[in-house]
Amino acid sequence: MSTPTGSRLTLCDDMTIYQAQAQKEQLLAALAATPHLELELSGVGEMDTAGLQLLLLLKRESVQQGRQVTISGHSPRVQQILDFCDLVGVFGDPMVIPAKA
Amino acid sequence: MDELTSTFVNESRDQLTAMEDGLLRLEQNPGDTDNLNAIFRAAHTIKGGSGVVESTFIEAFTHRVENVLDKLRNGEIPVSGELSTVMLECCDHIGALLAVLAAGLPQPAAELQARGDALLARLSEQFLDGRQAAGGAPGAELPVEHGSDLEASGGVVVHTDAWHISIRFGTGVLRNGMDPLSFLQYLSSLGEIIAITTLADGMPAAAEMDPECCYLGFEIRFQTRASKAQIEQVFEFVRDDCALRILPPHSKISEYIELINALPEDPMRLGEILIRSGALTTAELEEGLALQTGTHTVTADGAAARPLPIGDILVDQKVVHRELVDAAASRQTVIAEKKAVEARMVRVHADKLDQLIDLVGEMVIAGAGANLLAQRSGQSDLMESTSILLRLVEDIRDSALQLRMVQIGETFNRFNRVIRDSSRELGKSIDLVITGAETELDKSVVEKLGDPLMHLVRNAIDHGIEGAALRAERGKPENGTVQLNAYHDSGSVVIEVSDDGGGLPRDKIRNKAIDKGLLDASATPSDQEITNLIFEAGFSTADQVTNISGRGVGMDVVRRNIQSLRGSIEVASIEGEGSTFTIRLPLTLAIIDGFLTGVGKASYVVPLDSVVECIELADVPGERNYLNLRGEVLPFVRLRELFDIGGEAPARQNVVIVQYAGHKAGLVVDALLGEFQTVIKPLGALFKHLRGIGGSTILGTGDVALIVDVAALVERASARESQRLSQRLPAAIA
Repeated sequence: MSTPTGSRLTLCDDMTIYQAQAQKEQLLAALAATPHLELELSGVGEMDTAGLQLLLLLKRESVQQGRQVTISGHSPRVQQILDFCDLVGVFGDPMVIPAKA
Repeated sequence: MDELTSTFVNESRDQLTAMEDGLLRLEQNPGDTDNLNAIFRAAHTIKGGSGVVESTFIEAFTHRVENVLDKLRNGEIPVSGELSTVMLECCDHIGALLAVLAAGLPQPAAELQARGDALLARLSEQFLDGRQAAGGAPGAELPVEHGSDLEASGGVVVHTDAWHISIRFGTGVLRNGMDPLSFLQYLSSLGEIIAITTLADGMPAAAEMDPECCYLGFEIRFQTRASKAQIEQVFEFVRDDCALRILPPHSKISEYIELINALPEDPMRLGEILIRSGALTTAELEEGLALQTGTHTVTADGAAARPLPIGDILVDQKVVHRELVDAAASRQTVIAEKKAVEARMVRVHADKLDQLIDLVGEMVIAGAGANLLAQRSGQSDLMESTSILLRLVEDIRDSALQLRMVQIGETFNRFNRVIRDSSRELGKSIDLVITGAETELDKSVVEKLGDPLMHLVRNAIDHGIEGAALRAERGKPENGTVQLNAYHDSGSVVIEVSDDGGGLPRDKIRNKAIDKGLLDASATPSDQEITNLIFEAGFSTADQVTNISGRGVGMDVVRRNIQSLRGSIEVASIEGEGSTFTIRLPLTLAIIDGFLTGVGKASYVVPLDSVVECIELADVPGERNYLNLRGEVLPFVRLRELFDIGGEAPARQNVVIVQYAGHKAGLVVDALLGEFQTVIKPLGALFKHLRGIGGSTILGTGDVALIVDVAALVERASARESQRLSQRLPAAIA
């Protein structure tokens, strides 16, 4: 379901409560392994509060531990949620905003 | 702009018009209490509505206007010209504020705001005494008004019009299968989330953090028309498992402070969030915090053992409660009033009406086809039922067209104000006489008529009516009169703008026209032709350019506007006695009653309204194109010649006598085929310059018939015949 390659972690599953437990371990482990984690989320289909919470946790942990997390390739759903909760600025990652059809 | 706001804007514009009319009438008749009450009601309705759509700037302004009207109603201040002037300006200002709301701006521009403030200052200074200026009688005050709240509870109202929702979800929410985000997304369907802050402060350190627990909280600024109960209902499923706090719009600072204190997060951080989301301004927060600190100091210094909770000191719960109830009750009344009005009126999109009329048009054609088939079949039962059907279709057509018809009176009444203002400005006293206000015409035509009429009326005031001294010298009554008149005349609507002023100076126009190269110096035009030269581009004879008119851009634009409505305009004037502008417009643009005629194999439809009578064409000697109609010279046009139709004319030809703008002419056709309902189909762009044909229609048989443009043909016939006649006259007499 995911392939950590060096400092880059790609999640291509949903980020919901059903995956939360496993993803928490995975994300924290990935963060611990590198000073700069790149999280690739283009494959994330569904995302709920639990998923959002994990991202917030990861961000907070990275700040506390003096590491860096950048999220790239936000899937439409991720983007929508970050937008809705006004968290784009909190994460501070560049987002590709698709042109409206 | 959402639906409610647009309804509010539309209805308020109507109310404003009513208010303006009322104010103008008030000047004439200061003692009319019914009128005064109507003005007050209009202002009150606007204020109430603005509260419902939560437009504070309109509400605040209208409220003060209402105060003045209230005093007026109670006889505390007299009606005066000065008062009317200020109130009319207030009407204008409310109109401008409505435009701001309609444009979706959060508040008026600084300039507009300054104008409003200046008006309010004038109102307070001149018509309200000091006490009133501070905010009127407490009982009549709005609950959101700053002043009275200060007195009532010592709390300052926060000046925003959005709800504040503060929610902390319980840890078990996710496990119970509920997703907080979906609640919030549902919430956003009730209104607009202006600002949202996601708080993860409650989340424990990574090691203890259980990813299946929810630690999030949200601070939301929410704009909605939903009630508190409706908002609460959104969170009903998680009601027991979350901390939900909802502050209604215009809550007191103290309530926000209370909220800050009640929440688990750090007060300073919350304060920042509230400021950032626009719930509070920095000043408001500081004020609130200062009050809070002050209270603590007092209690610390004082002998009181128990520090009082801030809420108890600042908010007299009963007062808040009563005001909230009052506000809710007054909103309900407004809504109920609105509903009563709406029950009688339905606002329909104009496109839907057009669509209906299109369909009715198709039905008319189909009905005519069915009728034709029935007649051919010769079955009397079928013929009878199709004729009933046809009659019903006719009725439907009439009522459908009626839907689009509006009385011109409303447009006319606008000029009361124009006359009043500009006559004051110019120091002339002018009366406006309106007749035929109940004349109906198509709404789309009425809308486009406003500007041309405005030009004509302003011209009449400025150039037409003379100064008082000159009027006295000419032996005219002191007050000048401008008259607006409308009536139906053979399928068109005639609108007249006349004045009893100086009339058009014939020689001056002639000289000017020669100067401008519009007229040859040697030409000898008739008076009528000279006066109508004022419609040429770049023509203005005013010696003095005033700000009302006289820039020479008016009359040609007026004529172009009228022509674009398929109408015509002309002027008749007697020097020293006044002038009359006559606008002639088609009644409607879609369906007409036609009179079907045949020439050779082709069919022509003559609008029935313009048909006067039909006679047989008696032998006319030679190539003469006029006949003797009961001693009257009647020019005629042979359609066969005009449209170059081949074939021999039958032995017996008919003349359809038509009338337009007072002129009569005959149209010579082969056969008269009777009345026929006609749906006008416009001709393609290719035929735009074709004279004599106004459109086309489809007959029941599927054949195309052309609709004759009576105006053009009558003009052509009478012009030609009078020319020929004047050449031949000596010979005829001899």
